[in-house]
Amino acid sequence: MPSILRPIVSVQREDIDTRAIVHALTDGRTDVGALVTFTGLCRDEAGRLEALELEHYPGMAEAELTRIGEEAIGRFALLGLAIVHRYGRMEPSDQIVLVAATSSHRQAAFDGANFVMDYLKTSAPFWKKEHGRDGTEGGWVAARDADDTARLRWKQD
Amino acid sequence: MTRLVYFAWVRERIGKSEEDLDLPASVETVGDLLAHLRTLGEEYEAALEFPDAIRVAINQEHAERHERIAGAREIGLFPPMTGG
Repeated sequence: MPSILRPIVSVQREDIDTRAIVHALTDGRTDVGALVTFTGLCRDEAGRLEALELEHYPGMAEAELTRIGEEAIGRFALLGLAIVHRYGRMEPSDQIVLVAATSSHRQAAFDGANFVMDYLKTSAPFWKKEHGRDGTEGGWVAARDADDTARLRWKQD
Repeated sequence: MTRLVYFAWVRERIGKSEEDLDLPASVETVGDLLAHLRTLGEEYEAALEFPDAIRVAINQEHAERHERIAGAREIGLFPPMTGG
């Protein structure tokens, strides 16, 4: 009986242990031929940014990441998938998000990780607030049209 | 009573992160709810000034304007998401 594969999902304040996630997806797996990991980092916006404050909707954030993950597993026949997203205060160079996907061949793992990021950007309930190095509160980051466009390319007829 | 939860600048403008509201029977859809909230005071008016910029979730799932809110335990209001 094949079991239904569920994504590993974590919404956490702590830093992301990519090595542990990779082990969880690959240890003892002789069928996995490809592993793709994507890590999103906090950047300093050309020196302007002191920190990002990430707010999330507890409960819905986990549920939405799970929904996106399940869709990706089915659509790309992934062998494994993990989505880890942090909340709280992050400074430039800190990790924000990790997506790790495994599959038999590389294309599915690349596409699966890419798909998850495009959907996560526009439908997972997280919001970024900027804090400037000059002590100002830079306000909430606005959603980007480019993220909506990126998501649209996965639309199937 | 319906629990409403607010996030990011919607939370800041309304001035609270959650509240329980008795919604009138005439408030049937998500769109009705947004219109109703705008009548509750100027902080709500400020938060919902541009209704198209507001996203709504019913019981932690994204909901469109025409969707009915009957039976909702929790309704979330928030700006477009900027995670990742």
